[in-house]
Amino acid sequence: MKDYEVIIGLEVHAELSTKTKIYCNCSTSFGADPNTHCCPICTGMPGTLPVLNEKVVEYAIKAGLATNCEISRFSKQDRKNYFYPDLPKAYQISQYDLPLCIGGHVDINVDGNKKTIGITRIHIEEDAGKLIHDAYTGDTLVDMNRCAVPLIEIVSEPDIRNADEAVAYMQTLKSILEYLEVCDCKMQEGSLRCDVNLSVRPVGQKEFGTRTETKNLNSFRAIHNLIEFETKRQIEVLENGGVIHQETIRWDDAKGVGYAMRSKEDAQDYRYFPEPDLAPIVLSDEYINDIKNSLPEMPHIKKERYVSEFNLPEYDAEILTASKHTADYFEKATAACNNPKAVANWIMGDFTKMLNEKEIEINESKVTEENLASLICLIDKGTISSKIAKQIFEEMFETGEKAEDIVNKKGLVQISDEGAIKEIVKKVVEANPQSVADYKAGKDRAIGFLVGQIMKETKGKANPQIVNKLLLEIINN
Amino acid sequence: MSISKEEVKHIAKLSKLNLTEQELDKYTNDLSDIVNFANELSNIDVDGIKPTAHILDIKNVFRKDEVQPSYDREQILKNAPSKDAGCISVPKVVE
Ligand SMILES: [Zn+2]
Repeated sequence: MKDYEVIIGLEVHAELSTKTKIYCNCSTSFGADPNTHCCPICTGMPGTLPVLNEKVVEYAIKAGLATNCEISRFSKQDRKNYFYPDLPKAYQISQYDLPLCIGGHVDINVDGNKKTIGITRIHIEEDAGKLIHDAYTGDTLVDMNRCAVPLIEIVSEPDIRNADEAVAYMQTLKSILEYLEVCDCKMQEGSLRCDVNLSVRPVGQKEFGTRTETKNLNSFRAIHNLIEFETKRQIEVLENGGVIHQETIRWDDAKGVGYAMRSKEDAQDYRYFPEPDLAPIVLSDEYINDIKNSLPEMPHIKKERYVSEFNLPEYDAEILTASKHTADYFEKATAACNNPKAVANWIMGDFTKMLNEKEIEINESKVTEENLASLICLIDKGTISSKIAKQIFEEMFETGEKAEDIVNKKGLVQISDEGAIKEIVKKVVEANPQSVADYKAGKDRAIGFLVGQIMKETKGKANPQIVNKLLLEIINN
Repeated sequence: MSISKEEVKHIAKLSKLNLTEQELDKYTNDLSDIVNFANELSNIDVDGIKPTAHILDIKNVFRKDEVQPSYDREQILKNAPSKDAGCISVPKVVE
């Protein structure tokens, strides 16, 4: 079998988190009753006049600047014509030859290796409605609430070579859009999704192979699995002497299988033409500079600051800054307890594991930044042991209760009183002469058993440093 | 003919229209006339003239991002020939 190179380009669609739609004042909020966020403009009634939402331009430029794009001083909107029930006007207003942003790039990190992915363009456009299958009548129901919700489409260069790079690129974009606060990036709700263009070619061949397109993938897992599947499929077709057709693949994520849709050669004939109802967008240097100056601290800059300001290892800084929610959480908790390394360890350890199990983000957790900070303070002051702290944290995570309240309620305050601990140590030593003898005979493991017995007696509340100190004193006497 | 019968068939297909042979002939004629008329413009010398993005001399027409009430659903669905569960109902397209 020949060696093949995989060529992948991503078209990422991000719903902008504006309050209103792109050309009318209807709300964009998610989950409303069908067809209650609609008006004559967004349902494509004849004789209506769309007017562009100024925030859409601002948000798209933010995304362009954060991905190193050139911002067009002159840009226009165009009609993309196609006929489908989710599109009441029978055309989508998009941008064809003069998009808002062109020629950028982002750096991605795959297993410690840095790579730059080019961005061809970013343009603004409107979303389509939602089609629901009516199992009872067999008909299709049209909900137009999502019609004309603003989108940006971020088109990458064909620089991506495998599934891991594609996922890393998507994660990087998600992180940037979250930091900019221009998209809520809720992939399961479809507010961030992507189309994958993929082709393969024998290594050394100059020309690209024929590519297929898979639309609307809305999870990292789906992107990864589709790419692995489609790469294998195309190579198998070529190895068996077949040809790849330019067609659309429908990805069934549950089954992990892609289906080639019957190729419709003329389906791509969108007959773009300039939108006569919307004025050109002409931007001044001053306007663009104002937006540039308003950009928040981006993830890679924040990462460097965490290393220098908080003395965190680069690895920790990378993980903490990957998501804006995590970074915000980290900074707030650190400000409250002044122990950045402890906060980092908590976030990167059990906390993340528990969040992943619940499939929620850190900002949706019941544990507030203040509560985590006060838990850390209790450890730092020696009020509780770190072992007990883990137990307390689990309860905080489930109930949202404050650390102090759980400590008081359950009497979990650490015993640091030497007199009290000494009594228990003596008792345990007397009850276990064999272990003491083993220890004296050189079996260090015996000490662990004795410590365990003491902790059991104190329900884990004895200060471990004091226990160790007293135990050695008593045995060696 | 500046536009062929095949092209008319293609456009009809994109617009989900079924045309009879008679209609195809008629529209091939009519559309050719329209295209010929518009083609007159190709004779004009446009050297040194900037492409026009809009017929009016306007730019930057924006609105503020402020929510206003949408229409009542009854009104939005008023003209739909078929509706169900608060939605417009159309022949099956979802697979
Ligand atoms: Zn509307």
